[in-house]
Amino acid sequence: MDMEQVKNPPKGAVFPARAGKEDPRKSAGRSLRKMVRDLVEQIMNGVFFACGMAAILAVLLITGYMILAGLPAIGQIGVTEFLFGTRWASTAADPQFGILPFILTSAWGTLGAILIGVPIGLFTAVFLAKVASPRVAGMVRPAVELLAGIPSVVYGLIGMMVLVPAMMDIFDLNNGTCLLAAILVLAIMILPSISSVSETALRAVPREYEEASLALGATWIETIFKVSIPAAKSGIVAGVVLGVGRAIGEAMAVMMVAGNVANMPQLFKSVTFLTTAVAKEMSYASGLQRQALFSIALVLFIFIMIINALLNFVLKKGDSHE
Amino acid sequence: MKKIVAILLSLCLAGALFTACGSQSADTAGDGADAAATPDAAATQETDETEALSGDVTTGGSTSVEKVVGAFIEAFMEANPDVNVTYDPTGSGAGITGASEGTLDIGLSSRALKDEEAASGLTGTTFALDGIAVIVNNENTVEDLTLEQIKGLATGEITNWSEVGGPDAPVVLIGREAGSGTRDGFESIVDVEDACKYEQELNSTGGVIAAVASNPNAFGYASLSAVEDTVKAVTVGGVAATEETVQDGSYQIQRPFVFVTKDGAQQSEAAKAFMEFALSADAADLIRNAGAVPLA
Repeated sequence: MDMEQVKNPPKGAVFPARAGKEDPRKSAGRSLRKMVRDLVEQIMNGVFFACGMAAILAVLLITGYMILAGLPAIGQIGVTEFLFGTRWASTAADPQFGILPFILTSAWGTLGAILIGVPIGLFTAVFLAKVASPRVAGMVRPAVELLAGIPSVVYGLIGMMVLVPAMMDIFDLNNGTCLLAAILVLAIMILPSISSVSETALRAVPREYEEASLALGATWIETIFKVSIPAAKSGIVAGVVLGVGRAIGEAMAVMMVAGNVANMPQLFKSVTFLTTAVAKEMSYASGLQRQALFSIALVLFIFIMIINALLNFVLKKGDSHE
Repeated sequence: MKKIVAILLSLCLAGALFTACGSQSADTAGDGADAAATPDAAATQETDETEALSGDVTTGGSTSVEKVVGAFIEAFMEANPDVNVTYDPTGSGAGITGASEGTLDIGLSSRALKDEEAASGLTGTTFALDGIAVIVNNENTVEDLTLEQIKGLATGEITNWSEVGGPDAPVVLIGREAGSGTRDGFESIVDVEDACKYEQELNSTGGVIAAVASNPNAFGYASLSAVEDTVKAVTVGGVAATEETVQDGSYQIQRPFVFVTKDGAQQSEAAKAFMEFALSADAADLIRNAGAVPLA
């Protein structure tokens, strides 16, 4: 260390802290440690601040970019023609850019997934929170949580290899890729978000409510349906909205089972969702077609924003109740 | 305490490192005068550069040639780092117009030039062929289709395989997404543009093949090079789809990939070299890897 000092005398000035360190006084060492600690404190504050800002910045950038990239094509095509046009033929000699089939497909697909997924998810939550013994619940819960961790491409792959051929057999279809197949895949994909949020809400219901109901002579099942579920309502709704968000934003799994033809939604026909409309054509799109894909993404983005706002609203309402 | 000492020690070492660097850079700055005093070295370097190709080559046009031309550009620019080749996918029509108006050094077209286009002073140089196989499920007994039958199957005029000598089963067309070169190729050659009744639109050749393989009713199309024995490629008018039949012209569902240049236009050395490279034997593997058929 001394040799270094001799070699580079000016360096000492750059690191005044070290000069203090050289001094073998204990008090100096302590004040140095304090300084270092304060410095670390400040640096870490900065790091946390930067990370927080990064999230905001990303949201702002994405929002700005989506609007900038999405609006020109809408202007060129015309808002009503774009949103309410029923024909999508992006590379035809006379191109048509109507995305109503995609919007309706996304709406119906999500609705279908909710109709199937919510009862199952909710009852799973009831089972885990109120009915099952802790040991059984301990086995079922990880399984449900694992569902959330399965990558969507795996859902799609299994849907493609198992569900689509099964559709052909069961419903005697010429072609198994259809809206129903997508709905079934989505229903399973949204199960974990519905059941885990609902379960938390159900567990938060005060025991006294249920005990009072039981004391009045209601059975356990009656108590669950008439007391526990209504009391956990806002949490369950939050879970459902979360599920809607996941269903409407899912692309990969849906693309592999829905067939991706721009038909108006019918249960047994190939359909295109908003997400898959963007994903399937993006790789070779050019010109107005490409811009229109950004516009579809913008519409999807707005839908997701609405759903998020709804979720915040529901959660806030739930808080104000308690 | 020991830790702090260790940290400070390493800081000192790091400081020494920086000073060392600083003094070195000062040395090189001093040498700079020497370097400037020897202009010979710089001059030799410059002559080397003029021998190497440089400049911009603008190409554009057909979207279908994107993979092939993309492979050319990548390989060419690796060999000639001073040349910048650009490709703008705007469609064959725009590629031909660009070449004739001189906005493009090389126009790219995925169809042969029409007579009047050739007469207007354009030259088309075919650099690759695009062969598209018509594929059906292995269970399907249909072995051969005419172009007319394929057209009927694609547009939905023929709805049952029995009408073309196959089993009593409905016809399901599985194809590529709008914008795909294979789709554009199939539809333009079979003359079913914007008239296909698709049951599935998938965004990869592999996806189409997998879907056809899993549905006994299905038929679809795919680049020749991608077809394997999971599906059956039918013969078209009695001719099997192979590299040879595409090259000798007997297989009908094929089209040329063409460089379009203007007659008499002054072409840069780089543009010439790029075309020479694309037409050389070295390019054949690039073409094959990109899913097209090299010239015989």
